[in-house]
Amino acid sequence: MIGIAVLFAISCVGLAMTMNLWRLARGPTTADRILALDTLTINAIALIVLMQIQQGSAVYFEAALLLAMVGFVGTVAYCKFLLRGDIVE
Amino acid sequence: MMDVGPFEILISALLVIGGVFALVGSWGLARMPSLMTRLHGPTKVTTLGVGSLLVASMIFFPAIQGTYSAHELLITLFLFLTAPISANMIAKAHLHRQGRHIDPNPMDDIAEGLPDTGLGTGWATFQGLDTDQLNIPR
Repeated sequence: MIGIAVLFAISCVGLAMTMNLWRLARGPTTADRILALDTLTINAIALIVLMQIQQGSAVYFEAALLLAMVGFVGTVAYCKFLLRGDIVE
Repeated sequence: MMDVGPFEILISALLVIGGVFALVGSWGLARMPSLMTRLHGPTKVTTLGVGSLLVASMIFFPAIQGTYSAHELLITLFLFLTAPISANMIAKAHLHRQGRHIDPNPMDDIAEGLPDTGLGTGWATFQGLDTDQLNIPR
Protein backbone atom coordinates (compact mmCIF):
# COMPACT_ATOMS: atom_id res chain seq x y z
CA MET A 1 0.00 0.00 0.00
CA ILE A 2 2.81 2.41 0.90
CA GLY A 3 4.62 1.32 -2.28
CA ILE A 4 1.68 2.31 -4.49
CA ALA A 5 1.29 5.65 -2.66
CA VAL A 6 5.01 6.36 -3.05
CA LEU A 7 4.85 5.60 -6.77
CA PHE A 8 1.82 7.90 -7.15
CA ALA A 9 3.57 10.71 -5.27
CA ILE A 10 6.77 10.26 -7.30
CA SER A 11 4.86 10.56 -10.57
CA CYS A 12 3.02 13.65 -9.26
CA VAL A 13 6.28 15.33 -8.25
CA GLY A 14 7.89 14.36 -11.57
CA LEU A 15 5.01 15.93 -13.49
CA ALA A 16 5.28 19.02 -11.27
CA MET A 17 9.00 19.31 -12.05
CA THR A 18 8.23 19.08 -15.78
CA MET A 19 5.82 22.01 -15.45
CA ASN A 20 8.44 23.96 -13.49
CA LEU A 21 10.94 23.34 -16.30
CA TRP A 22 8.38 24.61 -18.81
CA ARG A 23 7.93 27.82 -16.81
CA LEU A 24 11.72 28.11 -16.45
CA ALA A 25 12.21 27.89 -20.21
CA ARG A 26 9.26 30.11 -21.14
CA GLY A 27 9.70 32.94 -18.65
CA PRO A 28 8.54 35.56 -19.64
CA THR A 29 10.14 37.71 -16.91
CA THR A 30 13.33 37.09 -14.95
CA ALA A 31 11.43 36.88 -11.65
CA ASP A 32 9.35 34.05 -13.18
CA ARG A 33 12.52 32.10 -13.86
CA ILE A 34 13.80 32.66 -10.30
CA LEU A 35 10.45 31.43 -8.95
CA ALA A 36 10.57 28.36 -11.22
CA LEU A 37 14.11 27.51 -10.01
CA ASP A 38 13.03 27.89 -6.37
CA THR A 39 10.06 25.56 -6.92
CA LEU A 40 12.30 23.10 -8.76
CA THR A 41 14.57 22.92 -5.69
CA ILE A 42 11.62 22.32 -3.34
CA ASN A 43 10.32 19.57 -5.64
CA ALA A 44 13.79 18.00 -5.73
CA ILE A 45 13.72 17.85 -1.91
CA ALA A 46 10.33 16.14 -2.13
CA LEU A 47 11.74 13.63 -4.64
CA ILE A 48 14.69 12.81 -2.32
CA VAL A 49 12.33 12.25 0.63
CA LEU A 50 10.13 9.97 -1.50
CA MET A 51 13.17 8.01 -2.71
CA GLN A 52 14.20 7.40 0.90
CA ILE A 53 10.74 6.12 1.84
CA GLN A 54 10.83 3.81 -1.18
CA GLN A 55 14.28 2.42 -0.37
CA GLY A 56 13.79 2.44 3.40
CA SER A 57 17.15 4.10 4.01
CA ALA A 58 17.85 7.41 5.74
CA VAL A 59 21.16 8.14 4.02
CA TYR A 60 20.22 11.09 1.81
CA PHE A 61 18.61 13.42 4.36
CA GLU A 62 21.79 15.51 4.51
CA ALA A 63 21.49 16.02 0.75
CA ALA A 64 17.89 17.22 1.12
CA LEU A 65 18.88 19.57 3.95
CA LEU A 66 21.78 21.00 1.93
CA LEU A 67 19.50 21.43 -1.10
CA ALA A 68 17.00 23.39 1.02
CA MET A 69 19.74 25.71 2.30
CA VAL A 70 21.50 26.23 -1.05
CA GLY A 71 18.18 26.77 -2.84
CA PHE A 72 17.17 29.50 -0.41
CA VAL A 73 20.55 31.23 -0.58
CA GLY A 74 20.50 31.03 -4.39
CA THR A 75 17.01 32.54 -4.63
CA VAL A 76 17.93 35.40 -2.31
CA ALA A 77 21.16 36.02 -4.25
CA TYR A 78 19.31 36.18 -7.59
CA CYS A 79 16.72 38.60 -6.16
CA LYS A 80 19.41 40.72 -4.54
CA PHE A 81 21.20 40.94 -7.86
CA LEU A 82 18.00 42.08 -9.61
CA LEU A 83 17.27 44.62 -6.88
CA ARG A 84 20.68 46.20 -6.38
CA GLY A 85 22.85 45.07 -9.30
CA ASP A 86 25.18 43.57 -6.70
CA ILE A 87 24.99 40.64 -4.30
CA VAL A 88 27.29 41.65 -1.43
CA GLU A 89 27.43 45.42 -1.15
CA MET B 1 -7.22 -8.33 1.29
CA MET B 2 -3.82 -8.01 2.85
CA ASP B 3 -3.25 -7.00 6.42
CA VAL B 4 -2.90 -3.21 6.59
CA GLY B 5 -2.05 -1.44 9.82
CA PRO B 6 -3.25 2.03 10.82
CA PHE B 7 0.21 3.52 10.32
CA GLU B 8 0.32 2.31 6.71
CA ILE B 9 -3.04 3.93 5.94
CA LEU B 10 -1.92 7.18 7.58
CA ILE B 11 1.43 7.23 5.75
CA SER B 12 -0.19 6.41 2.39
CA ALA B 13 -2.81 9.13 2.83
CA LEU B 14 -0.13 11.69 3.71
CA LEU B 15 1.96 10.64 0.71
CA VAL B 16 -0.98 10.97 -1.72
CA ILE B 17 -2.00 14.35 -0.23
CA GLY B 18 1.58 15.62 -0.46
CA GLY B 19 1.98 14.48 -4.07
CA VAL B 20 -1.30 16.09 -5.14
CA PHE B 21 -0.41 19.35 -3.36
CA ALA B 22 3.01 19.50 -5.05
CA LEU B 23 1.36 18.88 -8.42
CA VAL B 24 -1.32 21.55 -7.89
CA GLY B 25 1.27 24.11 -6.76
CA SER B 26 3.37 23.61 -9.88
CA TRP B 27 0.24 23.62 -12.03
CA GLY B 28 -0.56 27.04 -10.59
CA LEU B 29 2.97 28.17 -11.45
CA ALA B 30 2.52 27.02 -15.05
CA ARG B 31 -1.03 28.27 -15.54
CA MET B 32 -1.55 31.57 -13.66
CA PRO B 33 -1.51 34.74 -15.81
CA SER B 34 1.00 37.03 -14.02
CA LEU B 35 3.87 36.77 -11.56
CA MET B 36 1.98 38.13 -8.56
CA THR B 37 -0.62 35.37 -8.97
CA ARG B 38 1.99 32.76 -9.85
CA LEU B 39 3.73 33.38 -6.52
CA HIS B 40 0.78 31.88 -4.63
CA GLY B 41 1.08 28.35 -6.00
CA PRO B 42 4.69 27.41 -5.26
CA THR B 43 5.14 29.37 -2.04
CA LYS B 44 2.04 28.10 -0.23
CA VAL B 45 0.75 24.93 -1.88
CA THR B 46 4.07 23.29 -2.78
CA THR B 47 5.56 24.06 0.63
CA LEU B 48 2.52 22.48 2.30
CA GLY B 49 2.81 19.43 0.04
CA VAL B 50 6.49 18.94 0.87
CA GLY B 51 5.59 19.38 4.54
CA SER B 52 3.02 16.59 4.20
CA LEU B 53 5.60 14.30 2.56
CA LEU B 54 8.07 15.06 5.36
CA VAL B 55 5.43 14.25 8.01
CA ALA B 56 4.84 10.93 6.21
CA SER B 57 8.60 10.26 6.35
CA MET B 58 8.65 11.25 10.03
CA ILE B 59 6.00 8.61 10.77
CA PHE B 60 7.40 6.01 8.35
CA PHE B 61 10.93 5.67 9.75
CA PRO B 62 10.09 5.12 13.47
CA ALA B 63 6.88 3.12 12.85
CA ILE B 64 7.87 0.83 9.95
CA GLN B 65 11.68 0.87 9.85
CA GLY B 66 12.33 1.23 13.57
CA THR B 67 14.93 3.96 13.09
CA TYR B 68 14.71 7.60 14.06
CA SER B 69 16.32 10.77 12.70
CA ALA B 70 15.63 14.44 13.32
CA HIS B 71 16.53 15.49 9.79
CA GLU B 72 12.92 15.72 8.61
CA LEU B 73 12.15 18.15 11.41
CA LEU B 74 15.12 20.30 10.39
CA ILE B 75 14.10 20.30 6.71
CA THR B 76 10.48 21.16 7.58
CA LEU B 77 11.54 23.96 9.89
CA PHE B 78 13.97 25.38 7.34
CA LEU B 79 11.52 25.19 4.40
CA PHE B 80 8.67 26.77 6.36
CA LEU B 81 10.97 29.55 7.57
CA THR B 82 12.51 30.35 4.19
CA ALA B 83 9.54 30.03 1.80
CA PRO B 84 7.89 33.36 2.82
CA ILE B 85 11.24 35.16 2.75
CA SER B 86 12.10 34.02 -0.77
CA ALA B 87 8.55 34.85 -1.96
CA ASN B 88 8.91 38.34 -0.47
CA MET B 89 12.29 38.79 -2.18
CA ILE B 90 10.91 37.68 -5.58
CA ALA B 91 7.92 40.03 -5.24
CA LYS B 92 10.24 42.90 -4.29
CA ALA B 93 12.50 42.28 -7.29
CA HIS B 94 9.45 42.10 -9.57
CA LEU B 95 7.99 45.38 -8.21
CA HIS B 96 11.37 47.05 -8.58
CA ARG B 97 11.58 46.05 -12.25
CA GLN B 98 7.97 47.11 -12.86
CA GLY B 99 8.80 50.54 -11.42
CA ARG B 100 11.69 50.76 -13.86
CA HIS B 101 9.37 49.73 -16.74
CA ILE B 102 11.28 46.49 -17.33
CA ASP B 103 9.12 43.64 -18.73
CA PRO B 104 5.65 44.93 -17.76
CA ASN B 105 2.76 42.44 -17.82
CA PRO B 106 -0.76 43.80 -18.54
CA MET B 107 -2.25 41.15 -16.24
CA ASP B 108 -0.55 42.80 -13.25
CA ASP B 109 -2.58 46.03 -13.75
CA ILE B 110 0.60 48.04 -13.19
CA ALA B 111 1.94 48.00 -16.73
CA GLU B 112 2.21 51.81 -16.85
CA GLY B 113 4.38 51.87 -13.71
CA LEU B 114 3.78 51.67 -9.99
CA PRO B 115 0.89 53.80 -8.61
CA ASP B 116 1.36 56.67 -6.15
CA THR B 117 1.84 55.48 -2.57
CA GLY B 118 -0.37 58.30 -1.19
CA LEU B 119 2.06 58.97 1.67
CA GLY B 120 4.14 61.75 0.17
CA THR B 121 7.17 59.47 -0.05
CA GLY B 122 8.07 57.19 -2.92
CA TRP B 123 8.27 53.42 -3.00
CA ALA B 124 10.72 52.04 -0.48
CA THR B 125 12.46 49.95 -3.13
CA PHE B 126 13.73 53.15 -4.80
CA GLN B 127 14.87 54.86 -1.59
CA GLY B 128 18.51 54.03 -2.30
CA LEU B 129 18.31 56.09 -5.50
CA ASP B 130 19.72 59.28 -3.95
CA THR B 131 22.96 57.67 -2.85
CA ASP B 132 23.29 56.13 -6.30
CA GLN B 133 22.99 59.57 -7.92
CA LEU B 134 25.61 61.03 -5.57
CA ASN B 135 28.16 58.58 -7.01
CA ILE B 136 29.24 57.33 -3.60
CA PRO B 137 31.94 54.71 -4.26
CA ARG B 138 31.18 51.25 -2.90
